[in-house]
Amino acid sequence: MSFFTHEHHEIRRTAERFVEQHINPHVEQWEREGLFPAHEVFKGLGDLGMLGITKPEEYGGLGLDYSYQVAFAEAIGTCTCGGIPMAIGVQTDMATPALARFGSDELKKEYLAPAIAGDLVACIAVSEPGAGSDVAGIKTTAKRVGDDYVINGQKMWITNGTQGDWACLLANTGDEADRHGNKSLIVVPLDAAGIQRETKLDKLGQRSSDTAIIFLDNVKVPARNLIGQEGKGFSYQMQQFQEERLFLSASILKAMDRVFDDTVEYTRQRNIFGKSVLDNQYVHFTLAELKTELEAARALIYRATEDMLEGRDVTLAASMAKLKTARLSRQLTDVCMQFWGGQGYMWESSPAQFYRDLRLHSIGGGADEVMMQIISKHLGILPGKKK
Amino acid sequence: MKVLVSVKRVVDYNVRIQVKGDGSGVNLDGVKMSMNPFDEIAMEEAVRLKEAGTAEEVIAVTIGGDKAEEQLRSALAFGADRAIHVKVNEEVSPLTAARILKAVFEKEQPGLFLMGKQAIDDDNNQTGQMTSALLGIPQATFAGELKIDGNKATVVREVDAGLETIEVDLPAVVTADLRLNEPRYLKLPDIMKAKRKPVETVSMADLGVEAAPGLTVTKTSPPPARAAGIKVKTVDELVAALKDKGLV
Ligand SMILES: Cc1cc2nc3c(=O)[nH]c(=O)nc-3n(C[C@H](O)[C@H](O)[C@H](O)COP(=O)(O)OP(=O)(O)OC[C@H]3O[C@@H](n4cnc5c(N)ncnc54)[C@H](O)[C@@H]3O)c2cc1C
Repeated sequence: MSFFTHEHHEIRRTAERFVEQHINPHVEQWEREGLFPAHEVFKGLGDLGMLGITKPEEYGGLGLDYSYQVAFAEAIGTCTCGGIPMAIGVQTDMATPALARFGSDELKKEYLAPAIAGDLVACIAVSEPGAGSDVAGIKTTAKRVGDDYVINGQKMWITNGTQGDWACLLANTGDEADRHGNKSLIVVPLDAAGIQRETKLDKLGQRSSDTAIIFLDNVKVPARNLIGQEGKGFSYQMQQFQEERLFLSASILKAMDRVFDDTVEYTRQRNIFGKSVLDNQYVHFTLAELKTELEAARALIYRATEDMLEGRDVTLAASMAKLKTARLSRQLTDVCMQFWGGQGYMWESSPAQFYRDLRLHSIGGGADEVMMQIISKHLGILPGKKK
Repeated sequence: MKVLVSVKRVVDYNVRIQVKGDGSGVNLDGVKMSMNPFDEIAMEEAVRLKEAGTAEEVIAVTIGGDKAEEQLRSALAFGADRAIHVKVNEEVSPLTAARILKAVFEKEQPGLFLMGKQAIDDDNNQTGQMTSALLGIPQATFAGELKIDGNKATVVREVDAGLETIEVDLPAVVTADLRLNEPRYLKLPDIMKAKRKPVETVSMADLGVEAAPGLTVTKTSPPPARAAGIKVKTVDELVAALKDKGLV
């Protein structure tokens, strides 16, 4: 790719080495235990400067453009499970972009700098039991009382939720009727009184990533923990979703590469009916086409990244990349598992691992249908709307 | 003390090497290139000497085309203070490399010249030895351990018979073996800072060096494919098979 320089490759190499030596050897255990040691892993990444690639240098970041983050996201995808790259993405691209962009200096010193250093683990708390896709429909409220916000509500499916130190939380701070103008992003320390988050959710995949329900009962947070302006939370969050979606897309490319490569290898050495499984034209043609799709998806992510570097609105391209990679990951893991047969259905085969883990991508971070909604809107083909 | 470290751009060790169809060499088109792994070990050792206060300055040198600057940038990210790029576009034989490195050595006057024991492209394992011979200074090859004490270096060498400890006077050429150390991860801030460190470019003519005659590559071919193995069912069968091959 044209924008990948020597430095991009070096960043990739450091990230891949870290994954290979400090993450992958433990994945089996962490998957079994339903938890990876986020503080330990993030500290390791932070020490190498990998958690603040696009963040301002004053707070320990590198101040680089998003192409470097894409290189990092791809490299972190060499992890042998999906849960840990996702958890890392929460720290770098979901919980922190709005804080870096709109937070006060004081707030950034207190929460962003330690997140970049890997000393604090961050969460993004948007979804609620009654509102995932419908972000504007959240019910959690933050009422201004003196110098504090008093927060009440529930946040659902929160990644890094049991281990996190703070959350970037979306709450209603204003008039209920103004669904898009009544919201604010607030940094909530997760050891605050009134927070309960013991419930670790039991999931189909992404098992090493802890996912929690967070209950907030009269939680007092200083008003200075507000990110940017009151009432702008919805639009900040929509903006923050772009990094989230690009990161998620880029972070699963190598997982798909892995399943693909493993499948070529497995079907090549598996002999049935006097020849290898791979030698069936149906099999190698299907694989050839899947690889083509995968490279097309990769190119779409690079294209979205280029748009971002050039300062264009990437909502359309990032939504397309998210939709495409999520859909493709389902197709690819399903087809590959099929070509493996029984061995592919075994819990620890790479098709099975990523069949479980990547299934999330069509749901989390904006469901496929939400992406289609956004794409339709941008194309001016929603009913009743003319471009 | 100044430490000079030579680094070479080679095909990355993870890449499956492909020989060009006409046998004229190895296919380098779009192939991932990296610093020779043994040179990384030499770099790591040099940087550790600097961190320990034994060395004041670490200088990396490479011989190669424009792209070889990337490996110098990697060396600078490791912690080299500056770098010298001897720009040569042709393939360089070990003797030519040794002549060039001798000239660089004489210009820089380092107290120690660290090199990899060999480059993983041609696996010649000659340049270190030749350089020390041309310079008329001691050599300690296959270093698995290195200690500097004043004007002397104690080197534990990995030799066929096991380990051999020798003492050499400095300056000397020391070539790094696999177990000398484990090279560090390059930190992202260091990777970016390396972009701004100085790289001096010189030509062979600047150094007054001429290529050594003698070596021409006539043909490159892949090693013969390994024949498929056989499965034996019992220990007796295994013993019989080994006897049959004259192995026991
Ligand atoms: C493992 C995991 C980790 C998560 N981590 C986080 C986190 O860290 N922080 C956080 O805030 N949230 C997190 N989530 C929540 C996630 O973002 C939501 O689950 C997601 O946005 C979908 O919302 P929902 O589950 O409420 O589904 P709903 O909004 O109820 O949607 C259900 C289904 O309806 C369909 N649908 C939705 N919109 C449309 C439409 N416009 N047109 C047609 N059909 C539509 C889709 O098929 C969708 O899957 C996580 C979820 C999981 C499972």
